[in-house]
Amino acid sequence: NVVPTPVKINLINMLSETGLQVIEATSFVSPKWVPQMADHTEVMQGINKLPGISYPVLTPNLKGFQAAVAAGAKEVSIFGAASELFTKKNINCSIEESLERFDEVMTAARAASIPVRGYVSCVLGCPYEGKISAAKVAEVSKKMYSMGCYEISLGDTIGVGTPGSMKEMLTAVMKEVPVGALAVHCHDTYGQALANILVALQMGVSVVDASVAGLGGCPYARGASGNVATEDLVYMLNGLGIHTGVDLQKLMDTGTFICNALNRRTNSKVSQASCRL
Amino acid sequence: QESQASGLPEYIKIVEVGPRDGLQNEKVIVPTDIKIELINRLSRTGLPAIEVTSFVSSKWVPQMADHKEVMRGIERHPGVQYPVLTPNLQGFHSAIAAGATEVSVFGAASESFSKMNINCSIEESIEKFEEVAKSARNMNIPVRGYVSCALGCPYEGNIIPAKVAEVSKRLYSMGCYEISLGDTIGVGTPGSMKRMLEAVMKEIPLGALAVHCHDTYGQALANILTAIQMGVAVVDSSVAGLGGCPYAKGATGNVATEDVIYMLNGLGINTGVNLYTVMEAGNFICTALNKKTNSKVAQASFNTGTI
Repeated sequence: NVVPTPVKINLINMLSETGLQVIEATSFVSPKWVPQMADHTEVMQGINKLPGISYPVLTPNLKGFQAAVAAGAKEVSIFGAASELFTKKNINCSIEESLERFDEVMTAARAASIPVRGYVSCVLGCPYEGKISAAKVAEVSKKMYSMGCYEISLGDTIGVGTPGSMKEMLTAVMKEVPVGALAVHCHDTYGQALANILVALQMGVSVVDASVAGLGGCPYARGASGNVATEDLVYMLNGLGIHTGVDLQKLMDTGTFICNALNRRTNSKVSQASCRL
Repeated sequence: QESQASGLPEYIKIVEVGPRDGLQNEKVIVPTDIKIELINRLSRTGLPAIEVTSFVSSKWVPQMADHKEVMRGIERHPGVQYPVLTPNLQGFHSAIAAGATEVSVFGAASESFSKMNINCSIEESIEKFEEVAKSARNMNIPVRGYVSCALGCPYEGNIIPAKVAEVSKRLYSMGCYEISLGDTIGVGTPGSMKRMLEAVMKEIPLGALAVHCHDTYGQALANILTAIQMGVAVVDSSVAGLGGCPYAKGATGNVATEDVIYMLNGLGINTGVNLYTVMEAGNFICTALNKKTNSKVAQASFNTGTI
């Protein structure tokens, strides 16, 4: 389902009112590859950009970066992977080649004083290669951090990770990248996301990626879920007494809005449980 | 090895509550032969304990009206326990007559919940359980004690850990070999789980504790992880996550056994359970109930498209 531009803009505006400090707005990638993000320029120019909130966008290469900056982007993200096969299938080149492309983006970003966030996919497993070594994740993370990414988001792309593999992977990465520069991006495909996030928090990670209403399925397991729901994450953090600045009720209202617009049920259990009246 | 290094238990006993707690809270009433088939399939998965049914009046719990037939009809695999609920002495005698060799009693840490659920105070319920425990002791029948609302109550809201510890201690002192602490409405988080367990562990040895987490707010696995990090080595769960939450319409209830095992496998913790056969049992009962599984592991495993 491709979502109409005004709905996307409204979604982002509603998210901006919840207390969230970072909202990934869109992706400056060719509509040939990602038609759902074809309206990237209109979205970027249409949203209310509230002070104190960051609206990073994906920029896979220099061309995308330039289009993003022209459209008003003030922060960008690049997507690497800890798996050669995944990189080949996803962006048709090797990890090394992808890092070379990113280097061009880094140079331009540095010149324009634009912060860059780095993502590493497949950190706890790959749909093609299966098991991924923690050392490989650490190696790719280190390279991206050294290139100038201010933060590295470690993604369990197919959600196969468990607290055991999360701990092992983070232990290796934390030898190369300071914990203050690390984030986790857990998928809930096997229901492990919150347990994995808990372990990451216990190890000192304090940046967590999540998706309102758990939007975004898993392209590698038909019918399975993908992103962890922001509502469920905030519920857990509230219960742990950890401050996030996010208003859970406003977040749930935003989730309700987008699910109605998409004509689908929420993937957030907190939202489901709360809708009893 | 991996689990030892991390301070986690090497082995965790999974208590499968799907056939009782699960089916009791499903909208559709399942025919007796389907229940028996489900339990038989679960008996072949390696699960060490399967809660079979409830010897309670069918006036209150119609879904468990066939308790005698189920008890008598199931295969009894050596090494597998088949506990049944017995809310009072009458239920206990009925259960023994039907061949039960282990029973469970259900207390609560909330007065309001106790009143609404079984129409008596916590103290009165404990007196009834003491009768059961006494008879059970005389017959060498082990008794498991449950404490509901351990992390929150649908009527009272917040429940203080000291109250949970107090009720747990009463049940343990009367002879329950194990106390299963239930987050009945799933509102708990790792924070409240930790505080509650700290209080209970002052009164009950760790080896006698179990956690029974509901996934209504998606917190179950995180809560279970917290419990096992504190040394708890018995976890209740329900195949396919059977059993919704009667207090939040449309919301989920029990945590799915498949998802728990997936996590424990990943942590290198031994359970003796074959995940795949549990998924198959889950698939069987969901087909019979004409519903989707609540297990994310099952969803992901049965839906893997071609790569």
